[in-house]
Amino acid sequence: MDFALDIISWILLAAGGAFVLVGGIGALRMPNLYTRMHAASVTDTMGAVLVMAGVMLQAGLTLATFKLAAILLFLLITSPTASYALASAAMLAGIKPDAGQAADLEQDS
Amino acid sequence: MYFVVTFALLVTMTLALVRALLGPTVYDRVLSVNMFGTKTVLLLSVIAFLAGRPDFLDLALAYALINFIGVLAVLEFFKSRASRREEELRGEGGG
Amino acid sequence: MSQSPSAESGPDARTSRLPRIIVLAVLLAAAWLLWSGFFKPLLLALGAFSCLLVLYLSHRMHLFDTDIFAPRFTLRLLRFWGWLVREIIRSSLEVTRLVLSPKMDISPTVAEFDSKCPHPVDRAILGNSIILTPGTLTLRIDGQHFVVHALTESGARDIVNGEMDLRVSQLRGG
Repeated sequence: MDFALDIISWILLAAGGAFVLVGGIGALRMPNLYTRMHAASVTDTMGAVLVMAGVMLQAGLTLATFKLAAILLFLLITSPTASYALASAAMLAGIKPDAGQAADLEQDS
Repeated sequence: MYFVVTFALLVTMTLALVRALLGPTVYDRVLSVNMFGTKTVLLLSVIAFLAGRPDFLDLALAYALINFIGVLAVLEFFKSRASRREEELRGEGGG
Repeated sequence: MSQSPSAESGPDARTSRLPRIIVLAVLLAAAWLLWSGFFKPLLLALGAFSCLLVLYLSHRMHLFDTDIFAPRFTLRLLRFWGWLVREIIRSSLEVTRLVLSPKMDISPTVAEFDSKCPHPVDRAILGNSIILTPGTLTLRIDGQHFVVHALTESGARDIVNGEMDLRVSQLRGG
């Protein structure tokens, strides 16, 4: 039984690491701000949930699991709020969503 | 196996730092700093079990709180600066 | 959130405010005990003081004026979360495929739609759910009017078709 739990938690951790890596690559490859935010949201949701779930399975039914669940819940509530604040601030600053790469680079001074 | 996840997290944090250095706008930098912060929270939770020290989880929560408040504060600062600058421009144009 | 006007006023606003205060107080006390783990009188007093401070600040923010905890929608909420998790997995794989493909055939689209949710808390849930799903992002919420950015055209079409909007608006209704 312990062995099966170990296997499941390793799979979750590996998948979480893969999604986190994909988000990082996406944040580097994507052409402009808003598309980068889509890539970052992969790490914020799938990456965080899978890594935390894997660690929670390793911890078993202890106080640490509850703390991990609280951290995960907090991350899942705050990260969309921060993303929305970022997107609306960028919109107010006049960064056009469909500007593409050329117009985006112009703002570099 | 913890090492694999730790390695993936560290690589992603490096990529986020590269994006923060590349920019090009302030908001790209804020986005990558926010990404870096959430990855730090995950890294702290993994390291708590890698090193067998559950008290690292308290640090993870504190870091999550500081990261969230910090990002909002920075955004508020730039938003108010942008609106103030716009007002000044409008004032000069009207006068 | 700060721009939402108080949803209710009048004589029975005060009586319906009390259960919300009690729920928040219990949550705060549980959080303190979970993270502290000590039961010395000094630490308990500090915890009680900070809980009361948070309650007072929430009251000053008019947090209790709107219906923030509706206890009747717990079962519907669980079903909604199940659907949301499926949706997040599907779109995460989609975004992963786009990021890793050599030439990223993305078609960023901005879409606008009017939500069916009358309640501000429901609109906050809808906006957060849209952002939580990779590939879609809420840019602006103006009353009922949402401006959404999607990584692909089909993602934008899914949002405008409004399945998520419909599910969120059913969370509270009878």
